[in-house]
Amino acid sequence: MTDTAAQPAAVATTPPDTMAWDSGLRRLMMIYLPLGCFVLILLFPFYWMAITSFKPNAELMNYKEHNPFWISSPTLAHIKHLLFNTAYPRWLWTTMLVAIGSTTLSLIASTLAAYAIERLRFRGSPYVGLGIYLAYLVPPSILFIPLATVVVQFGLFDSPLALILVYPTFLVPFCTWLLIGYFKSIPYELEECALVDGATRLQILRRITLPLAVPGLISAGIFSFTLSWNEFIYALAFIQSGANKTVPVAILTELVTGDVYQWGALMAGSLLGSLPVAIFYSLFVDYYVSSLTGAVKE
Amino acid sequence: MSVTTLPTLALARRQPSWLVRLFDYKPFLIVMCLAPAIGLLAVFLTYPLGLGIWLAFTDTTIGRRGVFVGFENFQYLLTDPLWWNAVFYSVVYTAIATFGKFALGFWLALLLNNHFPFKSLLRAIILMPWIVPTVLSALAFWWIYDPQFSIISYLLVDVLHWRTTNVDFLGSPWPARFSLIAANIWRGIPFVAISLLAGLQTISPSLYEAAMLDGASAWQRFRYITFPMMMPILAIVMTFSIIFTFTDFQLVYAITRGGPVNSTHLLATLAFQRGIAGGELGEGAAIAVSMIPFLVFATLFSYFGLARRKWQQGESND
Repeated sequence: MTDTAAQPAAVATTPPDTMAWDSGLRRLMMIYLPLGCFVLILLFPFYWMAITSFKPNAELMNYKEHNPFWISSPTLAHIKHLLFNTAYPRWLWTTMLVAIGSTTLSLIASTLAAYAIERLRFRGSPYVGLGIYLAYLVPPSILFIPLATVVVQFGLFDSPLALILVYPTFLVPFCTWLLIGYFKSIPYELEECALVDGATRLQILRRITLPLAVPGLISAGIFSFTLSWNEFIYALAFIQSGANKTVPVAILTELVTGDVYQWGALMAGSLLGSLPVAIFYSLFVDYYVSSLTGAVKE
Repeated sequence: MSVTTLPTLALARRQPSWLVRLFDYKPFLIVMCLAPAIGLLAVFLTYPLGLGIWLAFTDTTIGRRGVFVGFENFQYLLTDPLWWNAVFYSVVYTAIATFGKFALGFWLALLLNNHFPFKSLLRAIILMPWIVPTVLSALAFWWIYDPQFSIISYLLVDVLHWRTTNVDFLGSPWPARFSLIAANIWRGIPFVAISLLAGLQTISPSLYEAAMLDGASAWQRFRYITFPMMMPILAIVMTFSIIFTFTDFQLVYAITRGGPVNSTHLLATLAFQRGIAGGELGEGAAIAVSMIPFLVFATLFSYFGLARRKWQQGESND
């Protein structure tokens, strides 16, 4: 045992220079090179999307005379076309409305549910928590056909309100789960003190638990916003008229026309549609990472 | 005069306290707190789930109430080569994409677990594919896979001179299938890597120190410490990943819509084509319901298959 441990140490001490250089090179080959490849591949589609949106059509279709990785004469024509010749601003507005509406709704519902499950412990509360967790495992692809008939029954077909009501089905389980974790981390003694001082349960929730759970609420909020901004299948199935579509659906169904695709406009639309979540994301990176990892660890 | 005012005053004083007391009454408060979440989930999740199973046994079309037809839809599906095709591709898609995502994602997580400058910035950048709406990045892939102006073809033909003709990514079945799988792996790597990185960071460094003192090689440290310690989190992330890869819809719908010649239909896109676009709600629901056994099996397999080993590990260690 001691031999094997001592041997590498001895080797390392005799030729220090070559080892240092060797480990530096090794580090480069084993860590930085693969990492660089990963970053390059993961980001390339975005670079390609961005560069296509500012390229004039002549450059887009001619790789022989123009280097495709760069723009010689950038143009705003595609974005101008999108903003003034299509209903793009309207789609952005609808998407924003739906995302904010469903996020608010599911935040309220899941805060109350998480509080009831975690703090107002009652017989069977773990089972309610498990039931809500299982709801997260039901994928939208199984639900969209019967949900379409439900939406029609409620007279909500082709209305953004349908999306605001339906999105919580995948937002509430996630948020409840995340918030249960957050409420767990708040010491129960604080609430006991308040109870002894004669505060009611609702006062405790409003004055003590909620202010302490603000980071959790922000995580759940931005996550829900992103998920509802990105949602596709429900929006595709429940919205018919061009004006009420959300950005992801509208770009695919309204901008893809005919046989010749307007790649400049399509990529500009994708870029603009990704920007709100990308900006949101850059402001709250840590919350995203913590909620993503927290949700998995729970 | 005073006789008439007193009761009203008392009533006025009692009323708020009655309300407050009601809201402080625990069973009532529990019901009130759970009502919005449970209500939303019951109306828009549990009810449609049951309704979907019921629809699968009827011949409902858009605009017409169906009648119960028993297993007719499923019998028809079993004779439908398109359904078998979709089952086949769904399984292949899930298997290869999950394997790719986890192999590459685990590698990326191990790389990110090292110390180097700008680590948090890099971690933030890597999550981008997961944050951006899938359909929009799928459109970027569609453009990357363009038959004429594909940037990959340009690189292979004009820059590297490895090929003489452009790659036909989406024009024939197998290349189209693998192109979609590649796009799915691209989108899935960040989620897997960041979740697994969180797991890696919980492994105590003292375990590695002990193993190093015992003379374990890098591979042995990975095989006997990292891998077993990661089992529980791998089980959870893989369960999620399998469920959402098997039921994937967006990527396929955005890039190929099931083509060429229906070779890239997943069960979800086939269900959409038949159920919503074709109007055969009953048949579409049957296709959607036919996903459930696969999902249950995959979940049980990945969860118990991986978790059991963790228990064994825990037992032998404790």
